[in-house]
Amino acid sequence: MAADNEGQLDRSLYRYVLRYSVRDTLTICALVAAAQVFYYITLDLPKNIMNQGIQGRGIKFPVDVAGLGWLELDQLGYLFGLCALFLIAILVNGGLKQYVNSLKGKLGERLLRRLRFQLLARILRFPVPHFRKTSSGELIPMLTSEVEQIGGFMGDAFVQPLMQAGMLLTIAIFLFVQNPLMGLAAISLFPIQAYIVPKLQKRVKALGKERVKVVRKISERIGETVGGIQEVRTLGTSTWERADYSDRFGLVYRIRFDIYQRKSLVKFINNTLNQGAPLLFYGIGGYLVIHGSLSVGALVAALTAHKDMTAPWKELLDYYQQSQDAQQKYEQVIEQFQPESMVPESLHAPANDVAPRLDGPIVAAALAVQEDAQTKLLEGVNFTIAPGEHVAVVGPPGGGREAMAMTLARLYLPTGGTLRVGDIDLASLSEAALGARVGYVGPGAYIFSASIRDNLAYALRQRVLTPTEDAQRRAQLAEAERAGNLPLDIDAQWVDYAQAGAKDAADFDRVAADFLMRVDLAEDIFQLGLRGRIDPARRKSVADAILAARAAFRQRLSGSQANPALKGLVETFDPDRYNDNATLGENLLFGTPLDPSFESESLSTQPDFLAVLRKQGLEAELVTMGRKVAETMVELFAGLPAGHEFFDRFSFIAADDLPAYQAILSRTTPRPDGSLPDMDAEDRARLVALPLKLVDARHRLGLIDKAFKERALAARKALAAELPGTARAKIAFFDPDSYNAAASIQDNILFGRIAYGQAKAQATVGQTIREVLDALGLRERVFEIGLDFQAGVAGARLSPPQRQKLAIARALVKRPDILVFNDAVAALDRAAQARVLDQVIEAARGTTLVWSTQDAASAPRFARAMVFSDGRLVQDGPVDDLKAREGMLKEMLAAE
Amino acid sequence: MSLKEETDALKKIPLFANLDPAKLKLLAFMSQRLTFEPGHAVFSQGDPGDAAYIVLDGEAVISIDTPKGKIDLARMGRNEILGEIAILCDVPRTAHVTAAENVPLVCLKIEKNDFLGLINEFPSMAVEIMRELARRIVNTNQQLRQAVAAKG
Repeated sequence: MAADNEGQLDRSLYRYVLRYSVRDTLTICALVAAAQVFYYITLDLPKNIMNQGIQGRGIKFPVDVAGLGWLELDQLGYLFGLCALFLIAILVNGGLKQYVNSLKGKLGERLLRRLRFQLLARILRFPVPHFRKTSSGELIPMLTSEVEQIGGFMGDAFVQPLMQAGMLLTIAIFLFVQNPLMGLAAISLFPIQAYIVPKLQKRVKALGKERVKVVRKISERIGETVGGIQEVRTLGTSTWERADYSDRFGLVYRIRFDIYQRKSLVKFINNTLNQGAPLLFYGIGGYLVIHGSLSVGALVAALTAHKDMTAPWKELLDYYQQSQDAQQKYEQVIEQFQPESMVPESLHAPANDVAPRLDGPIVAAALAVQEDAQTKLLEGVNFTIAPGEHVAVVGPPGGGREAMAMTLARLYLPTGGTLRVGDIDLASLSEAALGARVGYVGPGAYIFSASIRDNLAYALRQRVLTPTEDAQRRAQLAEAERAGNLPLDIDAQWVDYAQAGAKDAADFDRVAADFLMRVDLAEDIFQLGLRGRIDPARRKSVADAILAARAAFRQRLSGSQANPALKGLVETFDPDRYNDNATLGENLLFGTPLDPSFESESLSTQPDFLAVLRKQGLEAELVTMGRKVAETMVELFAGLPAGHEFFDRFSFIAADDLPAYQAILSRTTPRPDGSLPDMDAEDRARLVALPLKLVDARHRLGLIDKAFKERALAARKALAAELPGTARAKIAFFDPDSYNAAASIQDNILFGRIAYGQAKAQATVGQTIREVLDALGLRERVFEIGLDFQAGVAGARLSPPQRQKLAIARALVKRPDILVFNDAVAALDRAAQARVLDQVIEAARGTTLVWSTQDAASAPRFARAMVFSDGRLVQDGPVDDLKAREGMLKEMLAAE
Repeated sequence: MSLKEETDALKKIPLFANLDPAKLKLLAFMSQRLTFEPGHAVFSQGDPGDAAYIVLDGEAVISIDTPKGKIDLARMGRNEILGEIAILCDVPRTAHVTAAENVPLVCLKIEKNDFLGLINEFPSMAVEIMRELARRIVNTNQQLRQAVAAKG
């Protein structure tokens, strides 16, 4: 990055554009100037064509063109010759313009990319407390839409006025050359416009500013509403929310309409004045022609020229409006990106080498941290922590203990005194080095939307490790550099496995397992692995191993190693038996859908499936059965409000669909003989959809009897035989000898369903699966699949304790020299807190550990304690001494 | 055994006797049917109470820990409810419940959260349950008074 973003961003958009595009702008100016010459020719030639070529005035034919006698033309030849010249001038002028436009586009896009990048880089350098005042709801529209409008203008900033003014000037010169009076007439009205328009524009600018402010406030409020949606619902305030938005949108409406009206007034004035000019032309020009001091050709050319004049003039006025708009938006954006005390840019410089070790003592000398002028977080703090020492940091909330931990991780920058590690001042350590050598976990650690494995590896990504060889990629990086972006390849190797003590990516899984075990998360990841899916084509060895596990599980279920406790707990898929613990749909398909069209929601409309069922005579039966299910569901759930969780959990029919089914029921009242009336395909499909979801053992509706099961089995065989190849490719059939890609690892091992209604079936079966996997040495494989689990946005697919544990493992895995924990285990239950603390202490052997906690009772786990209160270090020493002595720690321990 | 039979079993429980049959059917549908092998524990003394069990088939043995060891208090059979207080308030289990030795015990497990969810939706259910509980208080008071009178 250029050194010039170290300080403030340019206040003026023009200065910003000029700073980064002087050379390009000058090139474009030269080209624009050159284009004007050809433009002048296109203006001037028509006069000669008219006067000499057509009317033959002031010229004698044949004419000697070059004056050398080698080319003589008669009148027609001369006319065509002039026309050809005219064509060439138009083409050259147009070509130059096109080229200028393309250059201008590139310039604008590069500037936009640069501005965006600079703003983003600044967000990364915002001081941490600033994020409490700034919501992402405000920042996002600035970096996405607002900056885009500015970027569109940046390409035009210098080129557009030059180009249009150049054209205007050329036309004006041409008119003056024809006749000074006409020239004067053409430009006579410009001063009036130049006076009135800015006056009107001024108010528009002020309104525009206000509009941006209001819209930003709205996006902030939307963020708030979305974030607090559960509160809005449970507190019943959606009406109030809507009224609030209604009011805000009303304000935007008034401002926008005001702007619109003022802008259209400007347009009206311009148009009227532009239309007025030809009036002067006809008057003055006509007078001159009548008096013979102007040729008709010249008047026609002048009229054409003047007509051409309105376009650039209009463009200029538009440009003026846009420039005002863009400048104002630019100012409003950049003022949000220069908070006080940003992290110095030098600390963000990309690192090239392994970070220096922080193995010296941590020394704080007269350390002070202020959040702003009023709020002092730390004051006059002095201490030394020896390398490898473990320290508990306790104290009342807000007493400085949290700030101390955050300052050690440099989330706060010292505002007074120094904080050094050995001879390195922490304030001047590059972020890459800090990230590699200091591990920090705060109370609400953030988990990224990536796999568990990637979340752990995120801690090892301080610098790029491999060069980029690919030519196309290198060209992209060169372009990035031209636009002031970071020319580092995101697809290169970034993860420094060596830092985690792993040989390579595969070995990293082993290291990850070790740390996840330490934070009490290994079992959870293993379970996620069991629920995970793999592509057997890509991971054949794993799929084969799982098939071996399936065979071993079967042995324990009913074979030679049969475990009596498992009896009746799993119902295996058997081609010749109806599975009471699977849905009717699964029983019919005897497989798992690979394609949405065969999933339970859409199966009843799948034509191939229905055709076979119809042939088997089963469709009519399913319709009847569906009607019975619908009756029961309507009876059971009709009284519940839509959106009640019971619908999701228990009902076959979604709350939204309930009225539709009620309508179907009343349309299809059975005839006196019990048969159903005719119904259309849609109604039939809706009814058929219901029993397909029926699990006999679970739902106990008593609709699936022995005779029906026989027919279902016949239909299963018919489907297997008669479904066309295209349909078969969309189903993973249950096959005892092949891996089912659409099913989870656990389902592949079970090759059946856990029986409903058997007490402790889940636990017993889970235990057996574990034994089987351990016996085959497959636990690691399943664990690796668990590491593939996607954590979801902000780790939403993990529970809060799981997120926190993962964050602790992430801090440990990079093997830092200093570990700082700040209420890192508060989200865990007490037993887990103690377990994780023990493990952290164990893992941090030889590493400096600072454990800041609200839980004073855990301080005795450490040799030394520091007590912070009112921003000062009030007690510091061996825990045993402090426990015995009168003082804060003793009081806090007594209060527990 | 089908939903209808389970609904009938629910009707025979005094706590639920006066509830709307349609609601009982929903309660039965939402509840899980569980089979416990002979001798297996349904729940243990001190466990958090999270569900009530209605015996559909077989027999349950109720026992408590004493300083002298575990002693059996009672046996419960068909259409009796186990741990009903647990679905109304947070109390730990006051006794062990185990399936009897001879036959498997089949129960309908009513989860506390689902039951309370249902009551939240249909306040008339709450009123019926309140009435039943009040009736029991009256009975207890009467018995107490009689006991005191007999003593005095």
